[in-house]
Amino acid sequence: MGNLGTVFQREFMSYFATPLAYVFVVIFLVTNGIFTFDLGGFFIRGQADLLPFFGFHPWLYLFMVPAIAMTLWADERKTGTIELLLTLPVRLSDVVLGKFLAAWALTGIALLLTFPIWITVNYLGDPDNGVILAAYLGSWFMAGGFLAIGSCMSACTRNSVIAFILTVSICFLFVLLGSPILLNAFPAWVPQFFVDAFSAMGFLTHFDSISKGVLDIRDLLFFAVFIALWLMASAVVIEMKKAN
Amino acid sequence: MFCSGRICCLNISGFDLGRCVFGYGHEVNIMIKIKNLTKKFDQLVAVDDLSFEVKEGEVLGFLGPNGAGKSTTMKVITGFLAPSGGSVSIDGYDIVTNPIEAKSLIGYLPEGAPSYGEMTTIEFLRFIARVRGFRGETIKEKVSRVIDEVALGGVTQQPIETLSKGFRRRVGLAQAIMHDPKVLILDEPTDGLDPNQKHHVRELIRNLAKDRIVIISTHILEEVTAVCSRAIIIAEGKIVADGTPAELEARSRYHQAVSVQLSADYDLEADLADLTTVEAVEKVDGAERTYIILANHNQSIFSEVSSIARNRQWPVAAFHIERGQLEDVFRSVTQQTEGV
Repeated sequence: MGNLGTVFQREFMSYFATPLAYVFVVIFLVTNGIFTFDLGGFFIRGQADLLPFFGFHPWLYLFMVPAIAMTLWADERKTGTIELLLTLPVRLSDVVLGKFLAAWALTGIALLLTFPIWITVNYLGDPDNGVILAAYLGSWFMAGGFLAIGSCMSACTRNSVIAFILTVSICFLFVLLGSPILLNAFPAWVPQFFVDAFSAMGFLTHFDSISKGVLDIRDLLFFAVFIALWLMASAVVIEMKKAN
Repeated sequence: MFCSGRICCLNISGFDLGRCVFGYGHEVNIMIKIKNLTKKFDQLVAVDDLSFEVKEGEVLGFLGPNGAGKSTTMKVITGFLAPSGGSVSIDGYDIVTNPIEAKSLIGYLPEGAPSYGEMTTIEFLRFIARVRGFRGETIKEKVSRVIDEVALGGVTQQPIETLSKGFRRRVGLAQAIMHDPKVLILDEPTDGLDPNQKHHVRELIRNLAKDRIVIISTHILEEVTAVCSRAIIIAEGKIVADGTPAELEARSRYHQAVSVQLSADYDLEADLADLTTVEAVEKVDGAERTYIILANHNQSIFSEVSSIARNRQWPVAAFHIERGQLEDVFRSVTQQTEGV
């Protein structure tokens, strides 16, 4: 019992034992800054909200999150520690969840460290802090969705670069699913419910509404179920592929 | 005499006979029961209907050529791989239906002693102690005990990836014995170590073996005679020999053979031609004037040969009896199956 916490602790500490956590956080913050102030026109808009900040998160996560997810299982397989880990008296579910939560906590920390931008917008104007809080929560859940895909892809291969490329591709697909570009591309004869179902699977559909302040429990539920399903898939893949 | 659990040891006036009597008035406890174990990878049958039992106090050497299914068998016993058929039970717990209970009884050193390279020795061992269910002060106690036991004192603060192979192997051993396991399974514990390190690890294993069962897989035969009380040889997933090292050696054609080193040239064969108990005389490759006199059907020929040597005044430099060569047995039993 309690091995979920033990696994989580080990994984989380290991990010800080190498420069990985620091590099991740610093690059995340710098890129976030560039996107928000430069590309997003934070000042030019003249509005006291963080829409330009959150609007770039899906695209930022697309490359940053697979980078921390790629080693989750691929490295365990490559170094053989998976054999050590899974012959200890731990449940596979605890290990899958512990690893995921550790990586998710790291993205959470990176996200929290963007607080200066929240201070800035409060200093400059009078934003709706409820909306900002909801958007932070939505952003973190979306990062979890990316990570869960990454966990599964990392379990598929012992090569972390392959895991990275697979994760980016699949995440890109899920980002696109909800985007207007793809939805408009459907010809008129496609039934509407099909297009809706398609768009309902997209990250942007859910994230956009959250970041605009519409904190619908169904949007968070979507990410929660999405994460759970990909983590279950990770467990199945690990069980199947650990022999090779 | 003192008894602990089911093992009783004779200890007369401080002189340890070193022999323990098992099941002194009790039944000998069978710790590991393997029944019709089969493991297939797609078309390849790695482990083929394997059955054996291991009793408390045994040090079992698991031998076989590379690719014979040693590591696969160990991976199934330790619960890493699921068996395709048959069952494994550890002290009554089935590894498939009660994996957590069964795994709690096992200490395992996987092949190559994998560990988390970025962690320091002490961090890694603390992690293992926590996973093994220890908390608070007990973690400290357990960790410092295993550090003492495998002599890791000097490297506790070093990241494991900076350690030498020998030290990394010891870290692997330390994590395996953290919880005083009843069953210790070591996959090629001395592979890739230098002779000093090998000696040290074997010494460790001998010490560890005192009150538990140990299974060691290896393809180094001297290891078996050095530490094991029983050896199983497998080839192509099947058991081809099972016995004590001495019993296996007795199956060698060199068992009871006499080896002679001469100080001058002499025709031994002529003298031995009449002796029906002698099967053949072989010259040993690479050694000058050294011969092995093979016995017919493992009969004792030492006294006969030595009396002839004395009567005919052989120019003898060295003269001794062979126990039998495990290597020879290994080769004959494993190649037999390969030939079929």
